[in-house]
Amino acid sequence: METFVVFFLNGISYGLLLFMLSSGLTLIFSMMGVLNFAHASFYMLGAYFAYQLTGLVGFAAALVLSPLLVGLLGALFERYSLRKVHAFGHVPELLITFGLSYVIEQLVRLYWGSSTVDYRVPEALSGTLFTVANVAGQGLTLLGGAADPAVCGPDTGNSCTQFPIYRGFMALVALFMLGSLWLLLTRTRIGLIIQAALTHPEMAQALGHNVPRVMMGVFGGGCALAGLAGVIGGNAFVTEPHMAASVGAIIFVVVVVGGMGSLAGAFLASLLIGLMQTFAVIVDVSVASVMQDMGNPVSFDHWAYPLLKITVAQMAPILPYLLLVLMLILRPKGLLGTREE
Amino acid sequence: MDHNIPRYSFKPINLGRWVIWSLFAIILLGAPMLFTSSLAMTMLSKMGIAIIICLSYNMLLGQGGMLSFGHAVYSGLGAFAAIHALVKAADGSWNIPVSLIPLVGGFAGWLVAVILGSVTTRKSGTIFAMITLGVGAMVFSMSLMLPEFFGGEGGISGNRVIGDPVMGITFGPQIQVYYLIAVYCFICTAAMFAFTQTPLGRMLNAVRDNPERVEFIGYDTQRVRYIAFMIAGFFAGIGGGLHAINDEIVTAEVVGPEYSGLYLLFTFLGGALFFFGPILGAVLLVFATVLLHELTKAWLLYLGVIFLMMVMYAPGGVSSLIMMNVRVAAFGLLRKLWTAYLGLGGSALVILAGVAVMVEMVYHIKLNEALGPMMTFMGVELDTHGVDAWVGAAFVTLTGVGMFEVTRREFVRQWGQAQEEIENEIRRRESH
Amino acid sequence: MNTNTSSPGAGGLALELRDVRKSFGKTEIIRGASLAVKEGERVALIGPNGAGKSTLFNLISGRMGISSGQILLHGQRIDGHKPYDVNRRGLARSFQVSNLFPRLSVYENLRCGVLWSMGEGYSFWKALSGCKAVNDRTEDLLEMLRLDKRRNTPVSSLTYAEQRALEIGVTIAGGGNVILLDEPTAGMSKSETARFVNLIREVTVGKTLLTVEHDMGVVFGLADRIAVLVYGEVIAFDTPENVRANDRVKEAYLGSVLADQQAAEAGV
Repeated sequence: METFVVFFLNGISYGLLLFMLSSGLTLIFSMMGVLNFAHASFYMLGAYFAYQLTGLVGFAAALVLSPLLVGLLGALFERYSLRKVHAFGHVPELLITFGLSYVIEQLVRLYWGSSTVDYRVPEALSGTLFTVANVAGQGLTLLGGAADPAVCGPDTGNSCTQFPIYRGFMALVALFMLGSLWLLLTRTRIGLIIQAALTHPEMAQALGHNVPRVMMGVFGGGCALAGLAGVIGGNAFVTEPHMAASVGAIIFVVVVVGGMGSLAGAFLASLLIGLMQTFAVIVDVSVASVMQDMGNPVSFDHWAYPLLKITVAQMAPILPYLLLVLMLILRPKGLLGTREE
Repeated sequence: MDHNIPRYSFKPINLGRWVIWSLFAIILLGAPMLFTSSLAMTMLSKMGIAIIICLSYNMLLGQGGMLSFGHAVYSGLGAFAAIHALVKAADGSWNIPVSLIPLVGGFAGWLVAVILGSVTTRKSGTIFAMITLGVGAMVFSMSLMLPEFFGGEGGISGNRVIGDPVMGITFGPQIQVYYLIAVYCFICTAAMFAFTQTPLGRMLNAVRDNPERVEFIGYDTQRVRYIAFMIAGFFAGIGGGLHAINDEIVTAEVVGPEYSGLYLLFTFLGGALFFFGPILGAVLLVFATVLLHELTKAWLLYLGVIFLMMVMYAPGGVSSLIMMNVRVAAFGLLRKLWTAYLGLGGSALVILAGVAVMVEMVYHIKLNEALGPMMTFMGVELDTHGVDAWVGAAFVTLTGVGMFEVTRREFVRQWGQAQEEIENEIRRRESH
Repeated sequence: MNTNTSSPGAGGLALELRDVRKSFGKTEIIRGASLAVKEGERVALIGPNGAGKSTLFNLISGRMGISSGQILLHGQRIDGHKPYDVNRRGLARSFQVSNLFPRLSVYENLRCGVLWSMGEGYSFWKALSGCKAVNDRTEDLLEMLRLDKRRNTPVSSLTYAEQRALEIGVTIAGGGNVILLDEPTAGMSKSETARFVNLIREVTVGKTLLTVEHDMGVVFGLADRIAVLVYGEVIAFDTPENVRANDRVKEAYLGSVLADQQAAEAGV
């Protein structure tokens, strides 16, 4: 039970990270109709830049500088490459961001090597935030910090699970950033302009707003968001050149499942997938094991045995994709889809 | 008049058609006699396979406007089906000649397309692309979960020499495999070309151009896409089957994102607008993966940058560049442009030299540290730790960029002039 | 297959709208439109900008779904059906902004429009060049539209009038017997318009025509009856003379335009 609570919170924090990434993607898509294939690559750059900068100026500064740097690169790309392709249509736009993701991955491999780099959680933020203890006879209790061995040691008969500080920090940063984004879009003048240009770019431009510059800003902003996600995610998870490809496919699934152009949908889908992937890893059940428990075991020689023996935990990597397929069959618009292609 | 929207129409002049196809057949037949080294054999065999797969990919991209990030799923699963069939044929449980094994791959590719396509083709455009990415990632991830089918880390191996020779053919020597590939390549290419001249082929083009209007002239857009998807899957599977026979081993990477990315990259590089574009792309693909790969560790980086440049400046690919120049030549104006081309080419080479030096030096520093700071680039000794080499390379690059800008402007001017002359000529001819 | 064999609906009605309503969110655009077009009739749909004419076309042709009401084609319900189903039952529409296949030639554009009606379906085992019926019909269309000299021209190189002609061509190519034309002569000069009206008369012989028009000369010259759409309702549906005299119409729409028309006629 206590594992459930902590796993739930872990799943939520991972989901929030996914949302940080997919919100940037959704904004860029809603705003410019461009699906930024390289979005996850900017996530990766954020992590690597933070790794480099932490060694130079410390984590706090890296937390600010890295996303800015990534955002700048994104804006430059928009200005000098993406804009040229805009007139050709959506497919070439997707292709150019695809090419960019290739190039970024190669450059990352070139400069930082092909294996994982040691980007660590900073000392101040490592450690346990709280522990959930299942004390025998008392039920669940919440203990601050890492628990006393007297309560949670191996001989006590109690089981405890710890929730790391850093996960809490991640969730905090994600919520803060998303809150500011929401405020920016709904309460400020520039947010109003962005929302207008979102649906009626020509009209907004006719009213005198510099829509190309707004576009550049939104693209850069979206990339900066991805970069920030990289800063906080890169050390919690792994930082290596393949990270863009692995998380990239997942955020596309998030965006399609949530519904294209819907931030709320992306939020729901991110949490759903975050929880799903976090919990799936501990479910060691397969169709074959269930049938065995029911007294109706499947024999090894059955042709479908290789499929039936796969446990949910083994399937964890493909669960988001199965969700995607399910969505497409049952509810093609996505959870809260608004904008159709 | 807008020069930038190219027309997708293959002007059939019947005599020309016979000539072109005969030429294609002759090249396929005669190539191994001209290029006899074993490296050439390997490359020619791979090219034959790649041609089939890239053409099947272009059925979706160029003819249907469907950008797929996961085409390797169909060729790869075709390869796996074929290698399993090969294994079964070898141990006697299936009685199927090796020459028909690619059709097993084709069937598998078709079947997977039927299943996955029903879901994938429900959407179009960028959403379709994302779905193919997700589906591709899913299949690749599944390769680890089903070692029985995918063979785990080592893949599945087979032996293509089975049973008694038929008319002296065992498929042991590479050249025999090459000719098998060549036959399939010719037939598949002809079939895929014929497809472009059928009602479905034409409606697929219409779906590409204006999917909405298609619905108003009586066609279900999704069905058109779905059927085309199945046909493309079939041909991709044949390519995969040939791959299984050629390599005698199939590993999970054939359904993976690297392969999908390469098909996409090179079909686009060759050009999606003309039928022969992917053929060109397939040839480039093999050159890059076999030769360029040996030449420099930075080959993927160069590839990515070239791809970016192509998307920005030549979205029709190499084939459209060729055809544009063929058009200019047809009006007798090409010789006027050769000096401009020379200038462009020369300055591009200079830029390439400067950039390549820098890239190679970085790679040397990062990857070959143990070998010390000295490296040779095209016969020149360079000290990667010294400043001279870097300054020199930067200078060369900047000079090249400057030269390129100058020659580019002159080229654009001359090209524009040529286009105007051509338009005038066309108008003149039409009014007669 | 061939759509000319559909039977006329009750009372010889080709197209019927019964209290059709359409809302976008909270805004009701079509507010109970009713219309009964007879077989072979030529009806012009007029109304001020924003009245909902294009929306109505979208509803009839299946591009959008209705919120309530019924739409019947030859007596059969077609509301809620997909566009291709509506088209296969014999209704074809053109678009206000030419909606063609930009990378195909004029010939190919027309041929695409012909294919389904000739029963070609999704076939990929026969060559287009061998489909004699299809190719013959395409040739006929080219001649009818006077586009035979431009058969191989890509759509992007056509003049505006040629594009509009092709737009109509693709619409009628399938042989549908109920034709909806959305502002076919918009943006044309007087002489082009006159030529076009003749073309429209020619290609819609024996068919039912519903056309949105702003040019009153075209309307009075071409239409058997005029339907007036104002704020999503059909406020009048009658012969041109009666519509001219209708007070509601005068008030809502024709008023000043009609005065100009009469002044122009008097002045000539």
